[in-house]
Amino acid sequence: MIGGLFIYNHKGEVLISRVYRDDIGRNAVDAFRVNVIHARQQVRSPVTNIARTSFFHVKRANIWVAAVTKQNVNAAMVFEFLLKIIDCMQSYFGKISEENVKNNFVLIYELLDEILDFGYPQNTDSGVLKTFITQQGVKSQTKEEQAQITSQVTGQIGWRREGIKYRRNELFLDVLEFCNLLMSPQGQVLSAHVAGKVVMKSFLSGMPECKFGINDKIVMDSKAGKGLNTDEQVRTSGKPVVVIDDCQFHQCVKLSKFETEHSISFIPPDGEFELMKYRTTKDISLPFRVIPLVREVGRTRMEVKVVLKSNFKPSLLGQKIECKIPTPLNTSGVQLICMKGKAKYKASENAIVWKIKRMAGMKETQLSAEIELLETDTKKKWTRPPISLNFEVPFAPSGFKVRYLKVFESKLNYSDHEVIKWVRYIGRSGLYETRC
Amino acid sequence: MTDAKYFTTTKKGEIFELKSELNSDKKEKKREAVKKVIASMTVGKDVSALFPDVVNCMQTDNLELKKLVYLYLMNYAKSQPDMAIMAVNTFVKDCEDPNPLIRALAVRTMGCIRVDKITEYLCEPLRKCLKDEDPYVRKTAAVCVAKLYDINAQLVEDQGFLEQLKDLLSDSNPMVVANAVAALSEINDSSPSGVPLVEMNAPTINKLLTALNECTEWGQIFILDSLSNYNPKDEREAQSICERITPRLAHANAAVVLSAVKVLMKYMEMINDTEFVTVLTRKLAPPLVTLLSSEPEVQYVALRNINLIVQKRPDILKHEMKVFFVKYNDPIYVKLEKLDIMIRLASQANIAQVLSELKEYATEVDVDFVRKAVRAIGRCAIKVEQSAERCVATLLDLIQTKVNYVVQEAIVVIKDIFRKYPNKYESIISTLCENLDTLDEPEARASMIWIIGEYAERIDNADELLESFLEGFADENSQVQLQLLTAIVKLFLKRPADTQELVQQVLSLATQDSDNPDLRDRGYIYWRLLSTDPAAAKEVVLAEKPLISEETDLLEPTLLDELICHIASLASVYHKPPSAFVEGRAGLRKALPARGEGGVASSSVETTSAHPSVIPSHDTLIGDLLSMDLNPVVQTAAQPASGFGGGHVDLLGGGLDALLDVGGGGGMSQAAPPPGGGGLLGDIFGLGGGDQSGATVMPKVLWLPAVKGKGLEISGTFSRRNGQIYMDMTFTNRAMQTMSGFAVQFNKNSFGLLPAQPLQVPAPLTPNQSCEASLPLNTTGPVQKMDPLNNLQVAVKNNVDVLYYACLVPMHVYFVEDGQMDKRVFLQTWKDIPTQNEVQYTLTNMSHSSDSVVQKMQQNNVFTIAKRNVEGQDMLYQSLKLTNGVWVLVEIKIPPGGSVYTLSIKSVTVDVAAGVYQAYENILRS
Repeated sequence: MIGGLFIYNHKGEVLISRVYRDDIGRNAVDAFRVNVIHARQQVRSPVTNIARTSFFHVKRANIWVAAVTKQNVNAAMVFEFLLKIIDCMQSYFGKISEENVKNNFVLIYELLDEILDFGYPQNTDSGVLKTFITQQGVKSQTKEEQAQITSQVTGQIGWRREGIKYRRNELFLDVLEFCNLLMSPQGQVLSAHVAGKVVMKSFLSGMPECKFGINDKIVMDSKAGKGLNTDEQVRTSGKPVVVIDDCQFHQCVKLSKFETEHSISFIPPDGEFELMKYRTTKDISLPFRVIPLVREVGRTRMEVKVVLKSNFKPSLLGQKIECKIPTPLNTSGVQLICMKGKAKYKASENAIVWKIKRMAGMKETQLSAEIELLETDTKKKWTRPPISLNFEVPFAPSGFKVRYLKVFESKLNYSDHEVIKWVRYIGRSGLYETRC
Repeated sequence: MTDAKYFTTTKKGEIFELKSELNSDKKEKKREAVKKVIASMTVGKDVSALFPDVVNCMQTDNLELKKLVYLYLMNYAKSQPDMAIMAVNTFVKDCEDPNPLIRALAVRTMGCIRVDKITEYLCEPLRKCLKDEDPYVRKTAAVCVAKLYDINAQLVEDQGFLEQLKDLLSDSNPMVVANAVAALSEINDSSPSGVPLVEMNAPTINKLLTALNECTEWGQIFILDSLSNYNPKDEREAQSICERITPRLAHANAAVVLSAVKVLMKYMEMINDTEFVTVLTRKLAPPLVTLLSSEPEVQYVALRNINLIVQKRPDILKHEMKVFFVKYNDPIYVKLEKLDIMIRLASQANIAQVLSELKEYATEVDVDFVRKAVRAIGRCAIKVEQSAERCVATLLDLIQTKVNYVVQEAIVVIKDIFRKYPNKYESIISTLCENLDTLDEPEARASMIWIIGEYAERIDNADELLESFLEGFADENSQVQLQLLTAIVKLFLKRPADTQELVQQVLSLATQDSDNPDLRDRGYIYWRLLSTDPAAAKEVVLAEKPLISEETDLLEPTLLDELICHIASLASVYHKPPSAFVEGRAGLRKALPARGEGGVASSSVETTSAHPSVIPSHDTLIGDLLSMDLNPVVQTAAQPASGFGGGHVDLLGGGLDALLDVGGGGGMSQAAPPPGGGGLLGDIFGLGGGDQSGATVMPKVLWLPAVKGKGLEISGTFSRRNGQIYMDMTFTNRAMQTMSGFAVQFNKNSFGLLPAQPLQVPAPLTPNQSCEASLPLNTTGPVQKMDPLNNLQVAVKNNVDVLYYACLVPMHVYFVEDGQMDKRVFLQTWKDIPTQNEVQYTLTNMSHSSDSVVQKMQQNNVFTIAKRNVEGQDMLYQSLKLTNGVWVLVEIKIPPGGSVYTLSIKSVTVDVAAGVYQAYENILRS
């Protein structure tokens, strides 16, 4: 199990050091600094073995968080745990920075004492932790309160406390999709997938049981009865279905029920949480298409033309569109003409950045650039990094749809139709790249 | 002011100042002081001098302050054991506190203080806390047992904490169960004998599976990891556990998913129901792919594991090639791992896509990545024959870029391509030669030299090229030196006229000026070969090389199996067994459960365990085999082109020319079929021939288990058909790579048994495929008496290794067809053989009539000369002759209706008696 946990600043100075096991000595702190943080070479692996001691690290901003062990631990667990600690710290004091870590070091020690015991991760849910790790010194708790805390930390529903009350029962569902694409210069889709998540923000009283329905193919198939294929179903029901390759749920979702009945039921945590994550690869409607044309004219000049096409309903608006066109390192000047939006050459990023605030569906626009190059004698060829695109569209590129979210709370007297529900779809770019 | 200020105090006299602050009456000041102490401790300053002052602050009702003091205690108690005792009272008192959070805190902290005296005081509070009414305290106490075990294992056992911990497995609270499992697993792992102290059984497992649905993500990991150590008692149990675990594959925590994969991969080995396994493998692919969209660090762990999974079960991800395409912004460690998996998944179906990707990668910036991409292109050529031409063209393009490391890498892989497709792409040699000067890495230089030597007859200036390398011979890497030596000898054998001087030069450099024993030995062997028998030298040095295998860098099957049991753990990230990086503790090596029903497995174990005593140590066998090789009497070596001959050369060559043998050592994959039909035909005749069908054939027994055979399993038996002895074998490939180049040799044995033909195994033998081979044998080989007489030592060679085993030849296959003695001669001989040469045996539990005995024995060339009835007993007189001309005379007494026969065996050489008796036993019982 995890033998110790250290947090360093970018210089390698220790900000937090907590040792859980006897086999980890003080020298481990220095070993990591010398061999990893101060290493001359770029880090080649997030796991490093130094003298039979293994170091796992995660770097966020300028902060290194490292776990140390001498045993054959579950490596996936260690990384998941490090990421969870970072989440947890963020929810307590915001951004992870040297300043913030130093300012909250007592809190961090207290957290580390609670969530890691002898190297075994314990309950790491920040919502629950906040009920008893408060930084307020002693709080005169009644016996009932204490019992409630401990039952929550260890309980079956460790993510929700009893006795929550709202005057208005309301919930928000955000379907947030990241559309990933790798396209060849000729417009062939090399790989495309959507990584989506459903974020729920709930303000519900009591211990409500929720049931969530989506237009997943398997569920729809089992509903419609067997024998119909997808196309027929679309025709008969008029509703498109989405083929989900794989999905994962927040720990509140009863997985065994999903496996047997394909129903997503759960008691939600209070406030915001990520209900499910999913991935699809079939029938993705790609919102934008980038068509590059790069021509090298002699050794000192290059011509680039980029056509951008929007590929969705004309009534919808795409937003925050930003196209980044890489330029060679020896670029000396760029002349730009674009039909829409603003384009600028940013020498610091070695790229032309073309920004368009809004763009309706089924439109086309283009940018042309003339790039002047300095004569160089370096043999190294310019590798032509791909053109990347960022955007936001008000629909789910995968075709994912929420069919229903029903709320049942048997003890309190409010019913499903009294709950106010909001659903929103956002499609964003993940890694949306076109090679040129 | 914020807390950050505590990190910057560097005044002199700081300790003294802190001391007074710690003893201050004001609570606020005290608290600030303790914070300063902790901050100093963090940055590595020694503040142990403040021990008594800090401990004084322990008695407080401020929880935050208390925790800080505890933190300090955990750090320094070991260095100040005497003073640490001062804290004991507070701990014991806190363990009785009405607030469960404080009770838990006390027991948690106490377990972290590794001072013997404190440990004594810990036992009582711990015992209470294990039974506390509050689950939070119980779950903390459960972990505390593991802490205590780490400090004093004996104490834990003596105090009965193990039983209490085991009871917690049935606790009503899932988190208590999870922590108890974690603690128990750790205690079991560290048990000094390697034997688990607390065994898991089916009811416990059931409880764990129930808790699995309810506990935190971390608890689920503890439970899944401990399930992976459990061995279900039968297939049904394995299936039902698998069914209950599969929902975990949809968990958001990657470690839960990977731990579930581990359990499934392990249990799948036990399940014979192919449909169930297919459904399960189909369920495994999507979650594995999803892991690739997690944070890069988790991706890295996932990819290292996928690498193992793909080797064990290539089908799972065969359609998922695209998700392993490298993204521009992936960290380098993710890129390299993805590339590895791409190569493993490359197949004819997706090769075009893979190649175009690899071509992109070869123009990237990172040197390691580019090298790997170039190497991958070469691997694709070797793996998918249809793509070889495109790959070679791509590599040539890359060589034209003249980027130094790209060229070197390309040359290394082109050497392998030449090995795989001889006489196909040699036209590019001239392009390669253009880049000779730029090669500065040993591997590239060695590869280039190998190419020149191998194709010396087509390169006009090969002698000049090699000579140019020879100038700096002493400075070269030994790999290059060895290669240069071999290349020049090859050149000499191909063009002896004008290269004599060169070869003399290199031989003297290798034998006289070098102190590298490998180089010297190789030099001497070449020298002697050349001076005694140039023709033989030619055969050895220019022997046809075995083909290289398609898959490279595969892990050894046994290591792979072990690592599969360690999925998700560090071992799976390092691809090394835990013993390679974990200190001390012995621990049991994990292994996948054996496939199939218990009955079959155990019987095969028995048969193998009966043999090991007769298996000789390796070196004596090798010595014997080598001496046999040099023996010109060996008839079967007459045709050097045949597989067996090839095998001979290779046994020698394997030692001489290790470099040539890289990647495979098989010698005879192209062996021509022997004239007059193979052993298989004989097999068919043997089965069809009516009169011979009665000949007894013993059931096949396992001769070489896969564990000893590097994945090759051989079982077999002997039979005699149409006057010929056959060795009937079943070869099963239990390894991950295809096997080819099979050859067989026997050690000298009692009857001069020798293969009459080269071994015919349809190559290649793909993983999990078995094939039958029937090898005709004759008995004209060199004779050496074995013990027992019918022991036979066999060496089987394939592209993996040379494997040795011993087996017992049932005596009756040596009984020849003309073993019928004339009646009178029989009588005379019976009298002539002295009575001390008569041996008596009894056969029990027989139920044959004398006639059926006669008939059965007749079918196996034992001839009945006479039959008498004396006092109701049937007496049979039989004769048989062995292949080496030894006559054996037998008298059998068959009492009427009795089941016990008496056997009297007489022979001039009485040694055979035991074997003959065994043969009777076998025949009559068959």
